[in-house]
Amino acid sequence: MSKNQQYVRFDKVDKSYDGKVLVVKDLNLDIAEGEFVTMLGPSGSGKTTCLMMLAGFETPTNGEIYLDSNPISNIPPHKRGIGMVFQNYALFPHMTVYENLAFPLKVRKIPKDEIDKKVDKVLSMVSLTGFEKRMPGQLSGGQQQRVAVARALVFDPKVVLMDEPLGALDKNLRESMQYEIKHIHESIGVTVVYVTHDQGEALTMSNRIAVFNDGKVQQLSSPDELYEAPVNSFVAEFIGENNTFSGEVVDVSKEKCKVKLNSGNEIIANPIRVKSNGEKTMVSLRPERAIINPEDKMDNKHKGKIEEVIYHGDHTRVRLNLLGNNEFILKIPNSSARMDIKVGNEIKVGWNSQDSRALDPKQ
Amino acid sequence: MSSETQKILTTDGIPLEESLKKAEKKNKIKAFLLVAPLLLFILITYVFPIGDMLFRSVDDRMVTNMLPKTFKAMEKWDGKEMPPEKVFEAFYLDYKILVEEKRHGKLSTQLNYEKNGFKSILKKLARKQKKFEEGNYKEQIMAVHKRWANVEYWRAIKRRAPEYTYSKYLKGIDMFKNEDGKIVQVPEDRRIHKILWMRTLEVALFVTIFCFLMGYPIAHLLATLPMKYSNLLMICVLLPFWTSLLVRTASWMILLQQQGVVNDFFVLIGLVTDDNRPEMMYNKTGTYVAMTQILLPFMVLPLYSVMKTISPSLMRAGKSLGGTPFVAFWKVYFPLTIPGIGAGCLLVFILAIGYYITPALVGGASGTLISNQIAFHMKSTLDWSFASAMGLMLLTGVLVVYWIYNKLVGIDNIKLG
Repeated sequence: MSKNQQYVRFDKVDKSYDGKVLVVKDLNLDIAEGEFVTMLGPSGSGKTTCLMMLAGFETPTNGEIYLDSNPISNIPPHKRGIGMVFQNYALFPHMTVYENLAFPLKVRKIPKDEIDKKVDKVLSMVSLTGFEKRMPGQLSGGQQQRVAVARALVFDPKVVLMDEPLGALDKNLRESMQYEIKHIHESIGVTVVYVTHDQGEALTMSNRIAVFNDGKVQQLSSPDELYEAPVNSFVAEFIGENNTFSGEVVDVSKEKCKVKLNSGNEIIANPIRVKSNGEKTMVSLRPERAIINPEDKMDNKHKGKIEEVIYHGDHTRVRLNLLGNNEFILKIPNSSARMDIKVGNEIKVGWNSQDSRALDPKQ
Repeated sequence: MSSETQKILTTDGIPLEESLKKAEKKNKIKAFLLVAPLLLFILITYVFPIGDMLFRSVDDRMVTNMLPKTFKAMEKWDGKEMPPEKVFEAFYLDYKILVEEKRHGKLSTQLNYEKNGFKSILKKLARKQKKFEEGNYKEQIMAVHKRWANVEYWRAIKRRAPEYTYSKYLKGIDMFKNEDGKIVQVPEDRRIHKILWMRTLEVALFVTIFCFLMGYPIAHLLATLPMKYSNLLMICVLLPFWTSLLVRTASWMILLQQQGVVNDFFVLIGLVTDDNRPEMMYNKTGTYVAMTQILLPFMVLPLYSVMKTISPSLMRAGKSLGGTPFVAFWKVYFPLTIPGIGAGCLLVFILAIGYYITPALVGGASGTLISNQIAFHMKSTLDWSFASAMGLMLLTGVLVVYWIYNKLVGIDNIKLG
């Protein structure tokens, strides 16, 4: 079974609303059939605009979007066969749950008994059997959300778009809905394009994540790669927590580079975006990759002063002043071994050089 | 179980229910005092006048009290032939007192409403009766004017005998109680009220339809345009609202008259010839045009307030689910605007059905409505009871419309803003 690797394809897409500012710049993005791709980015980064262009509510200013190899810029939204889950659900308030779900089938002139079958099936999929006669207003937020998802799926669309669908739900419900949507996606294998600004959501649910900033895709890769190996400082800062050191490359080899920090100290880092001496760089290190009382083989070992200790239950966060950076965060797992973690104490901290990634300098 | 149903006491030992009532009593009094001025205002300016109107429309005691002896004598008269001498005598005695007290003018006005021609013969009688001799009043009165020998006039008097009457309502729909006590229509050439009622309904209906057809797109535009344009458009909608009704109507007169701006323009673009200018005013056309324009904001505003609350994502959802733009509009958007449509139509219809100034100014003879007739009776004929009766019939009509709307759409479904 060979799946189309370019099922949805943005080809050099530009979008501008006012003719002065480009909201989306030269976007190239391929989404494979059956894939769950999340567009992640801060607000105003162009991710929702991309989704709207795919849905057909906005037209690209330049470039073309292909769906299953067909250009779709000139196809109106109702002929695209794309299901969409809206931010505020957009359930039709004057129709029952059944009528809401039957709407996309009725407009496709599907016979009544088949509609009933499909509605039943999709309702059981979102575990809302028996809610057919309710009005959307009589449902809780989570139930409305499920109806919205069901409605976007009921007519077997080629692609389902979700525009921050969980934004209005409370934290617990949001998490359980994340799994539910993920499971639905896995069981029916539909292509999903998901937009969110919540990185946790993106990391949990997606096959691949496209990080948007400033109208451009900064990085498109799997969640683990995105977290472990961000390709630039924006992605590193945007995804997860991050300790950073600014400095200048003084010695670069193939696998390692020496970075002279602004404070005068030197650290060893993994050269990702630096090639030559004298380049400015930002070194990024995940908090959980630095450990207290480092082993000998670690090539970065430094002393820092504890500024703040915050108890988190399963772990303790420690803010250190390390190498002139007093925002250095360390996560210490909660263990029975009592370590000398008190404000004002000095501790030794170390990490492997390939975990500290020398990226482009911060803008 | 019984211990659970035991009354709960507060810490002071007073039953909780009583304590709650006491605590809420103050609030209730406060709330009542707050609304009391408005309540009083409504009572004085609305409930009393309506009640008075209702009373006035059926009250006929004035004539009853002016001719007490006559009506008593008439009780035995069957109304088929000329009344007996006793009736004439009683009428003479009653009328004599009225003339002496100088109240006979009022009687003649009242009787003239009932039948034309009473005024002059009563005047004549007032002069002649001074020289009447005792006895045989029948012949003496009949000699004053030949109409006194006409049984019709005596029947007319008898019709005014009851203290309360619904004859004004019958008159309002061009009917009357004939000699046999049957309710029949007035002769065909005198059925003016029916025409006016039908015309009023027709104008109100069409004005409502025109307002809806024009107001719906405007309201939609208002609700969907970006703020800076919609504010401007809103001002355009409201500007006529802030202008005096009289000024607006007068400006329509300038526009629509035969030598007016619109006609000039038609001639200019060659739509009509100069000597064949269409009449757009002093007829129904003028009434339609002016009333539609004046009542348009009442349609636009409720529609706008409803449309404003409809999320644009609903239309998008409709389209993304496969509905053509028309289907998405018709199945999703339109049903959601029904509360606004109901409110707007009801408002415009009710206002139009009682509209007065505009049809009076631009309506001409064929464009006047029932309210103009009411005003005519209020101001010119001074038949206030008839005006009251028609006013109440109008009010009933409005309530019927309201009731039908409630049955069809549900009044709780209405949204005015």
